[in-house]
Amino acid sequence: MRKPFFRSVLSPAAFGLCASCLLPVTASGEPLRNEGKLLLTNGISTVEGASGGGLAPWATIAGNETKDGIGVSAHVTDDELKDYEYRSAGAALGLFNRLELSYARQNFNTQKIGAALGLGRDYTFRQDVVGAKLRLLGDVVYDNPLVPAIAVGVQYKHNLNGSIVRALGAKSASGVDVYASATKLILADSLLVNTTLRMTKANQIGLLGFGGDKSDAYHLEFEGSLAYQLSRRLVVGGEYRSKPDNLGVAHENAWFDGFVAYAVNRNLTATVAYTDLGSIATIDRQRGALFSLQAAF
Amino acid sequence: MFVLIATSALMMAQPPVSTDAAPDTPPPGAPYAVPGEEKVDPYTLSPQNAGARPFAGTGMAHAFHGQEGIHRIVERFTQLSYDDKVIGEIFFKHDKVRFKRTLFEQFCFLLNAGCSYSGRDMASSHKDLGVQQADMNRLVELLQRAMSEEHVRFAAQNRFLSKLAPMRPDVVVR
Ligand code: HEM
Repeated sequence: MRKPFFRSVLSPAAFGLCASCLLPVTASGEPLRNEGKLLLTNGISTVEGASGGGLAPWATIAGNETKDGIGVSAHVTDDELKDYEYRSAGAALGLFNRLELSYARQNFNTQKIGAALGLGRDYTFRQDVVGAKLRLLGDVVYDNPLVPAIAVGVQYKHNLNGSIVRALGAKSASGVDVYASATKLILADSLLVNTTLRMTKANQIGLLGFGGDKSDAYHLEFEGSLAYQLSRRLVVGGEYRSKPDNLGVAHENAWFDGFVAYAVNRNLTATVAYTDLGSIATIDRQRGALFSLQAAF
Repeated sequence: MFVLIATSALMMAQPPVSTDAAPDTPPPGAPYAVPGEEKVDPYTLSPQNAGARPFAGTGMAHAFHGQEGIHRIVERFTQLSYDDKVIGEIFFKHDKVRFKRTLFEQFCFLLNAGCSYSGRDMASSHKDLGVQQADMNRLVELLQRAMSEEHVRFAAQNRFLSKLAPMRPDVVVR
């Protein structure tokens, strides 16, 4: 009676008509197991494509599948900053709620500032991020309330504007981040807590390359998320993400956000956030509104 | 149906501290099922069978509108579970009368609303059911629905779920 784990991905209903995605059964009345996760427990795609809280990756696995299946998700994000526009799009595969493989393409449009920096108006920094995350132990929602889900991840980042980021002082156009995240939904208080430790050389998460004149060493950075669940569908939260400061010509700050995420249904999560990305490419106070949509199956 | 109503009426009328006559505490040595229920294999009665310790104080009992509220939640939740397209197939062969009685007792006990729990422990009552993680999540959603229909505040719903969530390893067996 129970179908094997590939049912989610291979089932035509999962990829065909989306009307059927909204229902727990197909037209033929067969139980679909492609909706096993609780709402919002797949997190919100981060700017680097991993599932998490938008800025920080969590010890969640993308997609709606449990340990009995393979889930997928995709996201688009747009952050309208004071002087720039950040966009990313990506997809992730969640295998057996254990292993996550993700990809994201980031575009950072310098708009008018591009001309002022001598790069040309609308000059856009682009980066590919390929990630893998393995949940080692624990569960975000269940089991011992004092044991969080713990995951380790790696992100290979390749900046597509190598000569420019080198001209800015970056030592390399590509780099590898490694991180560990611990995440728990403390049900008794409706509070989700995440902490992430990351080793990275990235300048502005890699959009301005890796390493610089000030430092070309790996730095240990901290990322934290705190979210309060208001209902099954609605969560509000905030995040903090510290970053290295390697470039003499363009210092950078920690990032902050405050977000509201809403599970429109099992397959769609909409997020609106206020982001403060500090100084970017010599221009201070890059604050703005972020919109993100995530589809998950 | 009459038995059901009679049983629930008795439970609701039950004083906070259970007495010998209460239907949810069969005397030692009795078969561990009350009239109207299918027989079950003997097991050891213990409050530990409920799988968690009750909340302290009366806040949670109030948030769930006392035994009457808990009763409505269990009634609705049972109906949703047995009728559910996803997990109904796990429930349908099982004694609904007993399920409602013992689940009511467990919820009432954990919420500190004045009951004792006379059912089996979570591991032995679920070991042969083949429950998967997706079934567990589905059950949580149905419970959330039943609690919401009773207008239990979401924060209190989650607080209650914090008692049930650690029981997962006993319930999800594959
Ligand atoms: C933490 C979560 C759960 C709790 C607290 C819980 C609680 C209970 C209780 C108190 C009983 C009665 C025990 C007795 O008869 O002595 C029971 C039985 C049962 N439960 Fe659960 N349950 C949970 C999860 C599940 C799940 C996920 C399923 C299936 C989707 C399920 C299906 C059943 C069935 C079919 C029975 C009847 C077993 C029988 O008659 O032998 N339960 N449960």
